[in-house]
Amino acid sequence: MFLSLWQLALLFSALSLLAVGGGNGVIPDMQRASVDVHHWMNNSEFLDLFAISRASPGPGSLIVVLIGQKAAGLAGALVAGMAMYTPSCVAVHLASRAWRRFQAATWRKQVEHALMPVAVGLTYASGLALLRSTEHEWVAYGITAGSAVILAVSELHPLAVLAAGAVITLVLGS
Amino acid sequence: MNPPRPAPIPDAPPTLKALFLCFTVIGMQSFGGGLSSWMRREVVQRRGWMEDPQFLGGLALAQIAPGPNAVNLCVFIGTTLRGGSGALVALAGLMGLPIALVLVLGGLYGWLHALPGLAPILGGMGAAAVGLNLATGWRLTQRNLRSVSQFAIMVATAVAVGWMDWPLLPVLLVVVPVSLALSFWRG
Repeated sequence: MFLSLWQLALLFSALSLLAVGGGNGVIPDMQRASVDVHHWMNNSEFLDLFAISRASPGPGSLIVVLIGQKAAGLAGALVAGMAMYTPSCVAVHLASRAWRRFQAATWRKQVEHALMPVAVGLTYASGLALLRSTEHEWVAYGITAGSAVILAVSELHPLAVLAAGAVITLVLGS
Repeated sequence: MNPPRPAPIPDAPPTLKALFLCFTVIGMQSFGGGLSSWMRREVVQRRGWMEDPQFLGGLALAQIAPGPNAVNLCVFIGTTLRGGSGALVALAGLMGLPIALVLVLGGLYGWLHALPGLAPILGGMGAAAVGLNLATGWRLTQRNLRSVSQFAIMVATAVAVGWMDWPLLPVLLVVVPVSLALSFWRG
């Protein structure tokens, strides 16, 4: 039990700082550590946890809480979550504070201006990456295209579009 | 964890309670991913607490910094609007209910696994969430990108990271300096 907690803390605090570019990149590392190294679960159980984290609203990275729960109960969930989020959150908090200090500086406006096209590109990139990594069949492509157009031109609530996507896939089959 | 200083923060910073409620809404609506789109919708579009350039600067920071992007962006917004306590309440709002939900679902997972309709529902919501992402990209493009060079940098970043699958950091080490040079050169 205490060994598991210690292992969870070590694993996720390391992954927290290794996850450059987002949490999805380290999912395979989590899988290897949970299944092959520490034997907290088998492969299909890991995939179940992944599915649950995707089914729930909120950050996809909450899979770490599920891994912690599977490994060492509620204490494990707490330790895994703290280990995963604390280092990166502290780093981002400090960077944001420093950035905020230059709120009025002209050069900051220019840097923001320069980062704008990059950040917009990254927004498209995360959509493109998801398109390529999930099993997209023609129904799914249709839903993606349809929801993109509807949400770009109308003020319809995104939840309505998500619900429509779920219903359409349920009816037509995926 | 100092209290927020009035000067560097937008005209009327939101109360901690409003910030918490805003991120609770984001946390509970964001099925299928696409959290940055939800954050822009709630924080920039609906509440006007931040302008696009500031939000996009935070988005870039959230991606460059280690750790999960959505959580990083939440910390950036919380810190920018209300300092350390802002970051904490935003995080609590974003994660509180979803954590409770996944823990309950995790306890039931054997039962959940047997649920026949789950996979198509998840697939459909995921596909629509990708659409939400693309729509947000389109809105941001329309509202913020003015020049051909900005457009070219946007496309280059999107293709390199999202299509070619090149690692983020080397790509940013090229596109950010180029964009900075163009931005300063134009004044």
